[in-house]
Amino acid sequence: MNVKTMKKQHFINKLFALVVLAGVVTSCGSSENSKGALGSDVASQAYVTPGEHDDFYAFMSGGFSGQISVYGLPSGRLFRVIPVFSQDPEKGYGYNEETKPMLETSFGFVPWDDAHHPELSQTNGVPDGRWIFINGNNTPRIARIDLKTFETAEIIEIPNSGGNHSSPFTTENSEYIVAGTRFSVPFPQKDVAIDTYKENFKGTLSFISVAEDGDMDVAFQVLLPGYDYDLAHAGKGKSHGWMFFTSYNTEEEHTLLEVNASQRDKDYIAAINWKKAEEYMAQGKFKEMPASYVDNHYDESKQMAFSETRNTVKVLIPSECPGLVYFLPTPKSPHGVDVDPTGEFIVGNGKLSSDMSIHSFDKMIKAIEGEKFETTIDGIPVLQYEEVLSGIVAQPGLGPLHTEFDGKGNAYTSFFISSEIVKWNLETKEVLDRVPAYYSIGHLMIPGGDSKKPWGKYVVALNKITKDRFLPTGPELTQSAQLYDISGEKMKLILDFPTIGEPHYAQGIAAELIAPNSLKYYKLEDNNHPQAIKSPNDSRIERDGNIVRVYMGAIRSHFTVDNLEGIKVGDKVYFHITNLEQDWDVPHGFSVMGANNAELLIMPGQTETLLWEPQREGVYPFYCTDFCSALHQEMQGYARVSDKGATTELKWSLDE
Amino acid sequence: MKKYFLKTFIFALPLSIILASCGETKKKDISDFQAKPTEQETAKASDPLENKGIGPVKSITLGEIDQALADAGKAIFDANCTACHKVDKKFIGPSPKDILSRRSPEWVMNMILNPEVMIQEDPIAKQLLAEANGAPMANQNLTEEQARQVLEYFRTLK
Repeated sequence: MNVKTMKKQHFINKLFALVVLAGVVTSCGSSENSKGALGSDVASQAYVTPGEHDDFYAFMSGGFSGQISVYGLPSGRLFRVIPVFSQDPEKGYGYNEETKPMLETSFGFVPWDDAHHPELSQTNGVPDGRWIFINGNNTPRIARIDLKTFETAEIIEIPNSGGNHSSPFTTENSEYIVAGTRFSVPFPQKDVAIDTYKENFKGTLSFISVAEDGDMDVAFQVLLPGYDYDLAHAGKGKSHGWMFFTSYNTEEEHTLLEVNASQRDKDYIAAINWKKAEEYMAQGKFKEMPASYVDNHYDESKQMAFSETRNTVKVLIPSECPGLVYFLPTPKSPHGVDVDPTGEFIVGNGKLSSDMSIHSFDKMIKAIEGEKFETTIDGIPVLQYEEVLSGIVAQPGLGPLHTEFDGKGNAYTSFFISSEIVKWNLETKEVLDRVPAYYSIGHLMIPGGDSKKPWGKYVVALNKITKDRFLPTGPELTQSAQLYDISGEKMKLILDFPTIGEPHYAQGIAAELIAPNSLKYYKLEDNNHPQAIKSPNDSRIERDGNIVRVYMGAIRSHFTVDNLEGIKVGDKVYFHITNLEQDWDVPHGFSVMGANNAELLIMPGQTETLLWEPQREGVYPFYCTDFCSALHQEMQGYARVSDKGATTELKWSLDE
Repeated sequence: MKKYFLKTFIFALPLSIILASCGETKKKDISDFQAKPTEQETAKASDPLENKGIGPVKSITLGEIDQALADAGKAIFDANCTACHKVDKKFIGPSPKDILSRRSPEWVMNMILNPEVMIQEDPIAKQLLAEANGAPMANQNLTEEQARQVLEYFRTLK
């Protein structure tokens, strides 16, 4: 290099360094812009080093995907999508013979729903990590997911419901979870003119009991006027024993609700004394009504689901059960109803109101005792607004929807129209802080934020619209979650991340309450599936008419029989496949050419069944779909299909 | 030349400080997550029977064959192992017949109980993995007691 070129090079080096420096300074200084492309100090709060675990699990509703997605907080990393109400070909859920019954209803097989509100089971008012429940809004159902296996364990249909929205909120010890109907319907269902709404339509609020082992049952329903019941939350501490439901359309309109259901200044929060309901139930003061609904259980021992149809339901009628229900007037078409950790404040999020009304549980009890009633509707006393009101939060924002709590005396309310989270003090009703959400926040979630003991470190905004936040993906864009640090006085946005489907509500829980109990594999010795094989030596094919059952095992990296002959066109071939592995994280997949359903994804020690109806003669490969070892590509086999009338002998073999 | 180098170095120094202060997002250094090398037990390649393998089983004394123990072992072997190990032939893995003329009892049990480490660190197990074209010995999560029962069953296979 001569001197001249060296000088030139030197200059270029310096210039390059300057440009880099300028770039660094710029990126460091832009942390406060509205896009929230944050400075490193903020980003580090959501950063979980590769190989490290998150502090919290977050369970997000999958909205119209019908599923639950499981994320880590604070990283926003997606771990799993749990199939609940929708078929999931990735996992074979709703396609394999074992899980098809989970999606049975009184309308037959319904392989989709709209899932809104995950709710963790609680003990003493605190999430305990046993189960998470979620509502199916469209064909009214509640699912229970076992958090040992992260699998759907039960789905129960809700009778006399027209849309299960105010659900499945839990009482302090998950004595009950609830299911209030969003749409009132004729009670009982019948063919009537729609404009007879006021005469014929009723709303039911169902209480679903949860047994020690998780088994759900419709314990009773409370029959209410034909309003729309929107959301709910249970009392806690001193208000334990009460459940609160919001209502709108107290106008009882049946058309153009956008206008017609927004006429009245106040709608009602229905306060149900469920301890009182238990007394009335014990006294036999219920009406047994005909109903048709289905309860589906996954039997972990038999590794398959079973459906049972129920034909009656017990109904309590408020006019016959004094003290069971009271109405709390609340402006104006309230959406969420949220009870603070002490059980004193009942927050009515009046979505069309400019102020928020906060009721006091103590005042409510006094008003009941003093009979401060403004009127009575169908035997239900309406308490005087001023007598139950603790105070209002004046002009906090536009379109309040939901409120969560940090356990330090503060409430955090989402505002859909003004697209923000507002932090305010429960005692003083004073607004303390506000941050924008990008965009149109619906629910928000603080881990444990609807329980007695919130982990008040983060709040997650669950947004309906993302517009320009992420790279575009055609007309349909992702919905999103945003994570804010709330450990200080001011809320700080620290992360955006996309979600599966439209996220409605979510729940969060400390990882240590779930991770240690997570099942690693199913024990073969406990596998009581009727078609399981307990040893590879039991592999075989059996024919009964045109039903052919293939019993085979899977282990790294072969099927325990891999040459099958004697199958004929027109047969129904059931592949019963047992994963013979007994170790963590060794699932095997199974797929066969031309199958009209999906794959199987079989966990270690588990047996699953795929139905194959071969249509043409020939020889068809099957293989393992889940990369299982260095010899995964060799994990394959052939099924020979003969003509209907052929005399091909039933034969199975491996390495012969 | 030297001076030029020094100047560039001085110029670059504040830059690196800025970069460092701006980039401190890591909670931990990456080295914290790298697997610590496990203690490798030395095995005498010359005499496989002296190699006890790597795992929880340090010393086994074999007495007379205990038929009840062997029967329990056969049941476990049939359910958990026969997909890959056949008594009468080499299949995915070797036949267990006469295994104790080739391996120490401790090695056999450690291979059952700790296969992930064995195939990476034990010279014989590494060799066997290669012979099996990379098909790894599966960990079937037997207890030490069950592995002992399987070993007893192997002793009856002549």
